Order: sequence, then structure tokens, then C-alpha cells
Amino acid sequence: MAITASAPKRRLVDRLPVVHQLRQSVGLQRGMLVAGLIITTIFVILAIFAPLIAPYGFAQLRDASGAFGAQQPPSAAHWFGTTVGGYDVLSRVIWGTQTALLVIIIAVVLSIFAGVLLGLVSGYIGGWLDRVLVVVADAVYAFPSLLLAIVAAIVISGGQSNQIAGVFAAAISITVVFIPQYFRVIRAETVRIKAEAFVESARVIGASNSRIMFVHVFRNATRTLPLIFTLNASEAILTLAGLGFLGFGIEPSSAAEWGYDLNKALSDVTSGIWWTALYPGLAIVFVVLGITLVGESLNDLADPRLRGRRSVGAASGEVAQTSVVPGGVIDVPGGMGTLEEPGDGGSDR
Amino acid sequence: MTITASPTDAGTGVPAPAAKRRSGGGGLGRYLFVRFLLIFPTIFILVTMVFLLMRTTGDPITAALGGRLPADQLAERIHAAGYDRPLVVQYFEYLGNILTGNFGTTLSDNRPVTEVLITYGGATLELAFYALIVAFAVGIPLGMLAAYLRDKWGDAVLRIFAILCYATPVFFAGLLLKLVFSVQLGWLPVAGRASTGSELQMQLLPGKTGIYLIDAFQTGDPEVISDVLLHAVLPGIALGLLTAGIFLRLVRTNVIGTFGTDYVDAARSRGVRESRLVRKHAYKPALIPIITVIGLQIALLLGGAVLTETTFEWKGLGFQLASYLASRDFVAVQGIVALLAVIVALTNFIVDVIAALIDPRVRY
Repeated sequence: MAITASAPKRRLVDRLPVVHQLRQSVGLQRGMLVAGLIITTIFVILAIFAPLIAPYGFAQLRDASGAFGAQQPPSAAHWFGTTVGGYDVLSRVIWGTQTALLVIIIAVVLSIFAGVLLGLVSGYIGGWLDRVLVVVADAVYAFPSLLLAIVAAIVISGGQSNQIAGVFAAAISITVVFIPQYFRVIRAETVRIKAEAFVESARVIGASNSRIMFVHVFRNATRTLPLIFTLNASEAILTLAGLGFLGFGIEPSSAAEWGYDLNKALSDVTSGIWWTALYPGLAIVFVVLGITLVGESLNDLADPRLRGRRSVGAASGEVAQTSVVPGGVIDVPGGMGTLEEPGDGGSDR
Repeated sequence: MTITASPTDAGTGVPAPAAKRRSGGGGLGRYLFVRFLLIFPTIFILVTMVFLLMRTTGDPITAALGGRLPADQLAERIHAAGYDRPLVVQYFEYLGNILTGNFGTTLSDNRPVTEVLITYGGATLELAFYALIVAFAVGIPLGMLAAYLRDKWGDAVLRIFAILCYATPVFFAGLLLKLVFSVQLGWLPVAGRASTGSELQMQLLPGKTGIYLIDAFQTGDPEVISDVLLHAVLPGIALGLLTAGIFLRLVRTNVIGTFGTDYVDAARSRGVRESRLVRKHAYKPALIPIITVIGLQIALLLGGAVLTETTFEWKGLGFQLASYLASRDFVAVQGIVALLAVIVALTNFIVDVIAALIDPRVRY
């Protein structure tokens, strides 16, 4: 159950986040989850082994046989053609996975850290601190994330980034956008868990506030994190690409970034040059698709009403009771889950 | 010691937060009043945040002109603009200006930000309008269809379509649409809001609104109208599909949710057909959450509009914002962002009011 495992004898394998859901899923839902996992795995492998897989460097303009030439159509030497700047499109697409993965990791780790901490403290302590933080988080949450990221990018990099610092600038800009989301979810869970009997019991035996907060509440409140993680990972890629497209990307000589490449492809398209736009764009779509499929499947499996029919059957008796959200699951824009009201839908039987 | 809570504990613990959220009493009037008051802290927080963030890195004049002017001239201009005063003083002056509707003057072309908004806001509004039409026309019927075909192949295809809508950055969708329909097929214009001829004709109108759709109808010239509409197709679709995916998912989830309710079961037991259940019984209550979510879509639409406008050279607020960004005119950026914060807060208020009028459960 949500509070703590109701069946203590489950094996470790079954309790691992994704493996458990994979076993739980049936039919199409399993298909979507598996497809998502495959795409995500390919993405991670490409990112890690980019130096080995990519035929050229991301900033390479020439090889032994001379310069690549600008806007060359796809050929045997350059499967995806070359860009207006004379880079190899295939190589930049592959190297781009590395940038994207780095940004996701940094952004998500930073925002989980800040958001979870704030959410725990705010939800547990309550009072005026809680109210102020909620109003601030709501204000930030309602604001166009791209605009916030732009402001943050200006602050961090002065609007132009030229090194691995560019990756950090993009990641931190995205973090600013994500903190409220983690904050909201963790805070809502904390407020709910705070009222549970085991928290009171812990207080009775004399556990300190910080111990209750970081041991008892924290362990239970972070149940939904893998889900939000997948949602935000895909949003991180889109925000990074958006920043790059608006010219806040990472310079082509320091790293490959798909949004930047698409920006440069904008004028190519008008003259019928399709390869410079198509491949980086498809890369974004595939990665976001893969991660979202995983997140979406996890979300559905966590909500008994959305789980595949066969598995719902067994638990249908308790279905109506398990959700806090009346009238249905409220989806969040851009996100894919029950962020709005992290309901007590997760019954990992 | 109940460190490990049994399932029944969790079951009984659940209604409590839900009940707490709904309690508190008060009628519609009270709710509207409280909700209205909430606008102010929201705007205040966002404006403060933008100000502090933008100013921590230095003054906008150095950012825009640093390196291009000698140091003494730069210092002179900074002094003239008042950026060398204490931050607190600048901050309160800034707040006071915003209260009187003064969002600053752009550095690069020396125009008040509010004037930029009036000139280009209409274009963005128009784009958002087209996008919402596409989103509704695509998202709601397909969402109902997906709910109806739940767990079948059709459902999977529609859901993947929804994810693709979300996964495709608007500018990439825009580039693809342009490539296929403008460059390859030549059916639709590549960029812009209207061709030069139509734009001239609309400029000459006495009561021009800046919203081309209205202006085109004012000219009464069918060529101008079709020209304006043709220019709107691709940007509208590019931005609309982004939201359509979200609507599709939302309608699907909510229709499935209402499908399980007793009154739908009752209707089914009376022999109402499944397709009619979707269209009539499960559909309407499922729309309520959509109204709430549209409020949040405004933010997404505005963000998407910046990218769509850049892709299609649609001369709206987003296009201006991007070009001010490029010229490093951060006063303009700060002004536009602050102004958008106000707009987002206001639209969210309006949406919440509509939601409260429709659904009594919202008024807490």
C-alpha cells in the first residue's frame, strides 16, 4: 500500500520501480512501457558511447579528404548530410544525446533536491512559511516555463554560453521551472502523511522533528518521484531545445544541441533543404516520446482506474476509494501525470 | 506499533484531505473575492522575481552596450537611467511604475513596453485563438474516441498521437509543416501573417484593430480574407497540436473516469448505447476539468507562441521578445515578461471564475 509495503515478503526484484510495473502491466500497456524503455535505453547508450558511435566530432568541419562543405545532401560519407555551418548532421545528432542526457540529469537532480527539501519542510512545518511557499510556487508554476527559463538563462550565462558551463546554465534554467512541481507534489504528500498514525507513533516515542521528517515522512512522500522524474526529463529536453532555438543554446563548437541546430535550419527549410531540420527534430521527438511512454505507463499503472482491465478486475472493489481526486485524474499541461493532486492511487499490491 | 499501516488504514485516511479541501464554507461571492485577492500576490511575486533575477547580473545598459561604448560614456548612460542607485530604490520605483502601468522603455528602439504590447499583442492573441480552435477540434473528439476504444488498438494509436503532439517541439512541427505544405507542395505561404498587399490594404483601414482576422473582414475583400486565413493555417496547426494532445489525454482520462460512475451504469442498464454514453453521459462532466486546465494552457500557449512566432515570422509579442533577446535588450525582455505575468494571472483568474460558475465543487 502507499503507506508502507503491506506484503513484507516481496522480493527485491518486484519492488524495483520499473521492473515491478513491467510485471504488473498487461497487453497494450506493457507494449507501450516496453517501447518506451527501449527508446530510452537506446538514447542512454548513444549518449554514453557517442564518441565511439558518431562518425565525426560534433565540431569537426573537415577530415582527411578535405572540408565537409556546407548544406551537402545525405551521402555515403555523411548519411544525414551537412549543416549550413558545414558540420556533419549525423554526428551532431548523436553527440546531442550527450548534451540532452547531461542536462536532464543535472536539472532533475537539482530540482529534486531543492523541491523535495522545500516540500518536506513546508508541508511538515506548515503555518505561514507553508502559505508563503505555496503562493510562490503556484505563481511560478502558472507562468510560462520557457519565459522563466529565458530569464534564468540570461541571469546565469548572460544570454550566451560557451563551454560545459552552457550545459549547466541550461540545466539550472530548467531547474527553476521544475522546483515548484516537485515542491507541490512532495508538500501534498507530506501534509497527507503527517496525519497518519505512524507519524504520531514516532512522535510518541520521542523521535525528533527532523528524524520524522527525513526518515518517516520522506520515505513515503517520495513514492511518486519516479513518475515525475520521467515527466520532467521529457520537459527538460523540450525546454533545452526551446532555449537553443531562441539562441540561448550552447555554441556549436563546445557541444551539440538539437535546438540550436534547428534554429540554424530555419532558413534552410525555405530553400527546400530538409535534412538539417529533420534529423535533430526527430531526435528530440524520439527521446521525448520514449521517456514519456515510460512515464505515462508508470502513471497508468499507479492508478487503478487506468490500469489495464484485466488487472483492475481483481481490485475493482476498492477502486473508488483509492483516489483523492474527485471526478477524475487531473492532468497537468506539458506534464503527463497526476501532478495536480498526487492522489493515493498507488496501490502496489 | 503501527509503523506498517494496513490497507484499511490507508483507505480510511484518504477522505480526510479531500474533505478538508472542500470545507471552509462560504459562497460563490466569497470565493470570487478571495480568488481575486490572490491575483495580487501572484503578480507581485513574479514581477519581483523577474526584477531580482534580471538585476543580480548587472545593469541592462552594460549588457546591451558593454564593449561597444567607452567606459565613461557607459557610466554616464547608466547614471542617466538611474541604474547606479541602490537596488531597493530601483525596486520600489519599478513597482510603482508597474502599478501605474509603466513597464519600462525598450533600450534598442526606445518604445514603451506597453506600446509594444498594444502593437503586437493582437497578433499573439489571434495566434492563440487559432491554436485553441485546432486544439478543441482535434483534442475533444479524438479524446472521446480514445475513451470509447479504451485498451484497443485505436486507443493506443490515439494515445501515441497525443504523446507525439506533446513530444514534438512546436518549432519542429512548424518546420515540418512548412517543408511539406509551403516548400514542397506550395499550397500555403511560408511565413508572415499576410502578404504585403493585404497588409497594406489593412493598414489603410480607419478602424484597424491589429487583429488581422477582424481587419480582413473589415476590408470586405475576399482576397484579403482568404490571404489572412491561409497564412494562419500552419502556425495555428503547429501551436494547436501541442495543446490538442493535452486535451485528448485529458478528455480520455476523464471520460474513462466518469464511465465508472453509478449514473453511467444506470444509463447503461436502461439500454443506452455505448456511443451515446460517451457522447452524452460521460462527456459533459468530463469537460469540467478541461476548463480548469485551459487556465494552465494559457501559460503553455504563451510559451509556445514565442517559438511558433519565431518559426513563422509571425510578428507578435513572442517574435518581438525573441528579437529583443537577440539584441540583448533586457529592459524590453523584463518588461514583456512582467507584462505577460500580469496577463497570465488575470486569465487564470477568469478561468477559475468560469470554473466556479460551472462546477459548484470548485468553490471551497
